[in-house]
Amino acid sequence: MQKSTLLLLLLLISAYAFHLGRKRARDIVLGKVKTLHSLPNYYGYYTALWSLLPALLLLILWLGFETPVINHMVMESLPDGSQALSADIKGLLINDIRNSMNAGGSDTKPELQAAVEFLRLLKIRSGWLLSFLAVALAFVGAYFARSRIHKEHRARNLVENTIMSFLLGSSLIAILTTVGIVLSVLFESIRFFDKIPLTDFLFGLQWSPQIAMRSDQVASSGAFGAVPLFTGTLLISSIALVVAVPIGLMSAIYLAEYASLKFRSVAKPLLEILAGIPTVVYGFFAALTVAPFIRSMGADFGLDVSSESALAAGLVMGIMIIPFVSSLSDDFINAVPQSLRDGAYALGATQSETIRQVVIPAALPGIVGGILLAASRAIGETMIVVMAAGLAANLTANPLEAVTTVTTQIVTLLVGDQEFDSPKTLAAFALGLVLFLATLALNILALHIVRKYREQYE
Amino acid sequence: MNNPKEDSQLSNLGIRTHQIVKAGLPRRRAAETRFKAYGLICIVAGLGFLVLLFGNIISHAWSAIEQTYVALDVTFDESLLDPEGKHDSAVLAAADYPALLKKSMSALFPEVKDRQQKRSLNGILSKGASYELQRILVKDPSLLGKTERVWLPVDDDVDMLVKSQIDRSVDEGDRRLKDYQIAWIDKLMADGRLEKRFNRQFFTSGDSREPELAGIQGALMGSLFTLMVTAFLSLPIGIASAIYLEEFAPRNRWTDIIEVNINNLAAVPSIVFGLLGLAVFINFFGLPRSSPLVGGLVLTLMTLPVIIIAGRSALKSVPPSIREAALGIGASQMQTVFHHVLPLAMPGILTGAIIGMARALGESAPLLMIGMVAFIVDVPTGLMEPSTVLPVQIYLWADSSERGFVERTSAAILVLLAFLITMNGLAVYLRKRYERRW
Repeated sequence: MQKSTLLLLLLLISAYAFHLGRKRARDIVLGKVKTLHSLPNYYGYYTALWSLLPALLLLILWLGFETPVINHMVMESLPDGSQALSADIKGLLINDIRNSMNAGGSDTKPELQAAVEFLRLLKIRSGWLLSFLAVALAFVGAYFARSRIHKEHRARNLVENTIMSFLLGSSLIAILTTVGIVLSVLFESIRFFDKIPLTDFLFGLQWSPQIAMRSDQVASSGAFGAVPLFTGTLLISSIALVVAVPIGLMSAIYLAEYASLKFRSVAKPLLEILAGIPTVVYGFFAALTVAPFIRSMGADFGLDVSSESALAAGLVMGIMIIPFVSSLSDDFINAVPQSLRDGAYALGATQSETIRQVVIPAALPGIVGGILLAASRAIGETMIVVMAAGLAANLTANPLEAVTTVTTQIVTLLVGDQEFDSPKTLAAFALGLVLFLATLALNILALHIVRKYREQYE
Repeated sequence: MNNPKEDSQLSNLGIRTHQIVKAGLPRRRAAETRFKAYGLICIVAGLGFLVLLFGNIISHAWSAIEQTYVALDVTFDESLLDPEGKHDSAVLAAADYPALLKKSMSALFPEVKDRQQKRSLNGILSKGASYELQRILVKDPSLLGKTERVWLPVDDDVDMLVKSQIDRSVDEGDRRLKDYQIAWIDKLMADGRLEKRFNRQFFTSGDSREPELAGIQGALMGSLFTLMVTAFLSLPIGIASAIYLEEFAPRNRWTDIIEVNINNLAAVPSIVFGLLGLAVFINFFGLPRSSPLVGGLVLTLMTLPVIIIAGRSALKSVPPSIREAALGIGASQMQTVFHHVLPLAMPGILTGAIIGMARALGESAPLLMIGMVAFIVDVPTGLMEPSTVLPVQIYLWADSSERGFVERTSAAILVLLAFLITMNGLAVYLRKRYERRW
């Protein structure tokens, strides 16, 4: 039976169980619902939960353990000689058997024929056994819950406690995600630093992750010095901030202080569209339009501009993060109390003087927080740099040359064939760790500043 | 007490101050105007970028609406297609259609004899033209033995020339089409055999190496499946944890940690979620690479913080009096939340959820990590099948060197933007329609 059909069946059974429980509760008190501890529906929910949850638990456990158990049984069934094989070979063998079963058994090696047949049989049996057990468990649960219903039964509390644990569990997923990120990136990084020393990675000036297959291969030294990636990331992010901060900040000032309500209600959402456009679109725009434009401009001035210049990627990234700067700054400028402005006007300051000398200094912590958030966004941005920045790890501060970034290298290292024991693949996780820590530090700092600032005027 | 000397000194001072201020006024007023103008210029610049971006994409995309087709008189030669006369659909499906096309082409240009030239003559047609013929004949076997005029797609280079996107004035060596090929195309055009028609292929087929055969249906289905998984998981979990954190959680260190943690997760670079998906879902749990299931799981983890934050602020905006009233007439806390608070907060939660979904739809970086960049021709039909999504398809096409992919990439971007605008429009509508001011 298909798993989805089984799931649907279980849901149907639990709907039946709901009906069963509610009816039972009504019958027990002969229709005098008021004498029950909980409303009849809660007895229904109680029965339905008893019917659904154990069966679902069984389903999940079964799916988790099905493959290893079946593999073990298939290996046991093989002739004696194969028991002595090493674990790796056994894994390959199992893969072989599974593949030839999926292919329909047409090109099976004759010596594996029996195993393939056995595997198919096991899979079918396992499917039926699971369906039977799950359905049986659902009914057993339903009737067990039904038998426990009596007048004083605290069904509502039991149901609410179950819902509460679901709510609590859901809110823990966020924590689990963070733990998962840290652990997955950390473990692979530790394996990487076993092969390449941490100092070489953090302070090395040479990045060429291709490892030579033959000793005479050119340009494949397998050097993992990440400094060129860090400088490249910083260069592109700085260009982006140079574009975004003035434009974003001035827009925010105009929107918050000068613009009429009508203009503001049109211009603000329009500006925020910039942050909603998928980054792949910006990447396409940068690679197809902006980079050639900058290149030909450079040629007009007699400059040699690389076709994957840091300038093109940085400019477009800057456009993307304008709304991050502007909407946060806008919020904080609006949060500055009107009394401060009135005080400045009373002293004879013009509006722009008030803004420059009173409002902005008062809102500065918030604005800085916003800029830090935008910087963290720029550092972690992937698609624009993958499509518009280069792959060559040049150590340069010249925005007209091609540089590469941490995110570009992660993508390059992980897209395509991977072996999980080569330093090349593991390097991507080490870069990921650096990226995660850097953005985390920026975010925590920014959120801390923002939070502290918010409290100041509340 | 009153010293007339001091008084006059003071008033002198007052007059002097007045003069100084007055002298500075034009400069200060000019500074004021300038400052205001800078602000306006910056907004106009920001909006200008937006217009430039959209204009650029639309100007590249509009030509993808049409695809050039050539009219060929094809004789469905029985001796070639079905030499044994069995009229069996399996035989018809496996027959040699390229030979038919070659015959029709040389009937049009009998003067071409040279083998090399003949090959480039046949190259005018798309590589998919023979499949089109096969489709026509299998659909209507009675055509066998007859001569029909059929419209077939042309190669992307020819298509580009017809759409005047290949510059004829460029040196022959730098052009993808040689002079004699252009002469053939001009002749076909003069005969009225070349026609631009609506590009149905683009919406109904999967990916292809040939621009004229490539379509977005595969990517659209992949996006649909991925987003289904994301919505199915992130909505209940996100709403549940928002409810817990806002309504039930005790205010202590633990909930503080969870809160800071969620705010941080919302700002973690998306590519890091891709690394998580690769290490946990693919390497640890052994789920199939490139599948919408894994893509959906990764995007779920990414959108959860957005939904939780939006959900909490929606719940927060429901006034306490609602809760107090419900509790006052004897509802339990759980009943208060699920019967009264949640329904009132639902429009706000849904708005946040739709915006989160729109972000997930446009996301591509984490999906590159879990292998959704593979070249996949077939349209996926399930959660476990290898597939790609629309933004990744755009990335793949943008990387291709063929000129014909530029317009298709732009057209795919327009489709993606159309979906995003619809979703965001829906969110705005929901907010406007159901927003309550307490």
